[in-house]
Amino acid sequence: MNPINWHTVFFYLYALVACGFGVAVVISTNIVRMALYLIFSLGATAGLFFLAGADFVGSMQLLIYVGGTLVLLIFGVMLTAQGPLISLRTSGGDWIVAMLLAGCLAALLVPAGLTVSSWNTGRPAPTTEQVAGNGAQPVLVSTTEKTPQIPLAGGLPDVDNNGIPDKQPITAAPIGLGLLGARVDKLENVPEALRPGMSGYLLPFEVISVHLLVVLVGAAYLARSKRSAMNR
Amino acid sequence: MAEALANYLWPWLAYLLVGLLQAGLLLIVPLVGAMFFVWIERKVSARIQDRLGPTRCGGKFGWLQLLADGLKLITKEDLRPGEADAVLFRLAPYISLCASFAALLALPFSNGWVAQELDVGVFFILAVVGLEVFGVILAGYASASKWSLFGAMREAAQVVSYEVPLGMCVVVPVLIAGTMNLVTIGQIQAGPFTNWLIFHDPFTFITFWVYFTCATASVNRAPFDLAEAESELVAGFHTEYSGFRWLAFFMAEYGSMFAVSGLAAILFFGGWNGPLPITDWLGLTPAHGPVLGWIGNLLGLLNFVLKCIFGVTFMVWVRWTLPRLRIDQVMQVCLKYCTPIAAVMFLGATFWTYMLPGGGGLRSMPYANRYALTAAPYAKPVGSAAETKPKTSAEKNFAPNGNDATKDRVAVTQTAPGGE
Repeated sequence: MNPINWHTVFFYLYALVACGFGVAVVISTNIVRMALYLIFSLGATAGLFFLAGADFVGSMQLLIYVGGTLVLLIFGVMLTAQGPLISLRTSGGDWIVAMLLAGCLAALLVPAGLTVSSWNTGRPAPTTEQVAGNGAQPVLVSTTEKTPQIPLAGGLPDVDNNGIPDKQPITAAPIGLGLLGARVDKLENVPEALRPGMSGYLLPFEVISVHLLVVLVGAAYLARSKRSAMNR
Repeated sequence: MAEALANYLWPWLAYLLVGLLQAGLLLIVPLVGAMFFVWIERKVSARIQDRLGPTRCGGKFGWLQLLADGLKLITKEDLRPGEADAVLFRLAPYISLCASFAALLALPFSNGWVAQELDVGVFFILAVVGLEVFGVILAGYASASKWSLFGAMREAAQVVSYEVPLGMCVVVPVLIAGTMNLVTIGQIQAGPFTNWLIFHDPFTFITFWVYFTCATASVNRAPFDLAEAESELVAGFHTEYSGFRWLAFFMAEYGSMFAVSGLAAILFFGGWNGPLPITDWLGLTPAHGPVLGWIGNLLGLLNFVLKCIFGVTFMVWVRWTLPRLRIDQVMQVCLKYCTPIAAVMFLGATFWTYMLPGGGGLRSMPYANRYALTAAPYAKPVGSAAETKPKTSAEKNFAPNGNDATKDRVAVTQTAPGGE
């Protein structure tokens, strides 16, 4: 009997949920249900991330996107609890514009997705052998990742028959170090001379931090100015 | 375990059975745990109010009352208001229940006894516990009742605000441990109770109380239970619910209480490590064989569950002692007290850990452990905690010195097809 590859089964399950509820968001006319379907769709995407071994990104997806939809949901409730917006009908023109935009995006994404070489060539040889031969650092292999060969900073434990690690890999520390300027996952790709000063993502990280700070200060300012104007 | 079973069964069936077994074990916590905690709540509240509470059902202490409660709720009619949004109304309790159940996935119940050991366990639990509010908001909206809607909007405002100080409090133990992996955080605190992170420095001690306040607020317990303020909103978001769906909300609430108490136990109270390292003295560690290690883990499980029950009982005690806050007071507690205190504690803990010589000098923190994960490719991550568990192949694969590790990694990337 052919062994079932649970990894593939769950990949299709999550992909189906994500796409199905994505369609449901478009079709539904009730804004609160739309938000709910969006939550399911984004949650299934988080499941895909977990499946790919990217547990940090998956948790981020849950916290930021799924949690952020909460605010959308609250606004939906606040707007529709009165009644007038309970049903949102999309006009014909909106449909055409949306179709056009979505078609352009799909035309861009589908060829890009199909040209990723590792998806066509299938899964490489089981990593257990790679690990066993010359005692090298194991690598994470999974079907769903765009860059399937990630040397894991902390080492990876047992890998089962499907090439799936039993234990989640260590992802948070390399990502955090990458944001602070040290790409520990790419050390060997950099010329020796450049290695001490590898910048990683320090600059984007700082830019985003300052940006968020500005937004926070701006929000606080807006909230305050309204009250002080009333007092005057 | 799945591999051992796969020798006798079809592999796919073995994986399915093991998966179902683990999920079933976890499901016991919100289902049976909820009934037990309801009984605790009834007894404790009765004692606080100078009553006896349930006494007759099941003889001593009325312990069968929990079954009677469950039976009563299951046999109740499942009502739904005519105006309600039928699908969302039916779905809402289960969303809450799923969120509180999923938080237990990453919670280690003993040394290594965790359904899915995540490198970002702390982060995952915080993210998932925060999702429970979706069920509350959907229930409030779908009930088509103004009381429910008021309750839901209050809950939304409260949860969104309290996630900020809660996250800041959780960062403090993570900072000291140097990892977000809950198993590693627990292993770092092995030994006598002075190794617990709450006694690491004065800042973590205060942080725990701020954490507990915010956790109480984020699981919607009194004195922060504005979403179901009985004196103003009938019963808040679950006004229109009855029977099993109502029960589902409460199982979710008690499940979340257990989850945040468990998180507190691991982050601040040593997790499965008892106040004294009795299992070490008796030799009940994996180093002395799998059976003794298993018994030691069982004692650890007992420790952990007792700590969780203590946390839940503490929340019950607080609930029946303090009056409910007004919504503006709730916001004030969060924004004017909890958030600034948590921020100062974070700075203080950073200073204590990294500026003072020897990490503060209260006791020697295993530095090898603290940086084990970040410095893995360069350093040898062997500490006292790492040695207590059997060597996994990962540790065997660690090259003890940095140069060898780098060389091996280069070799892999060169042989691996499609590498960068």
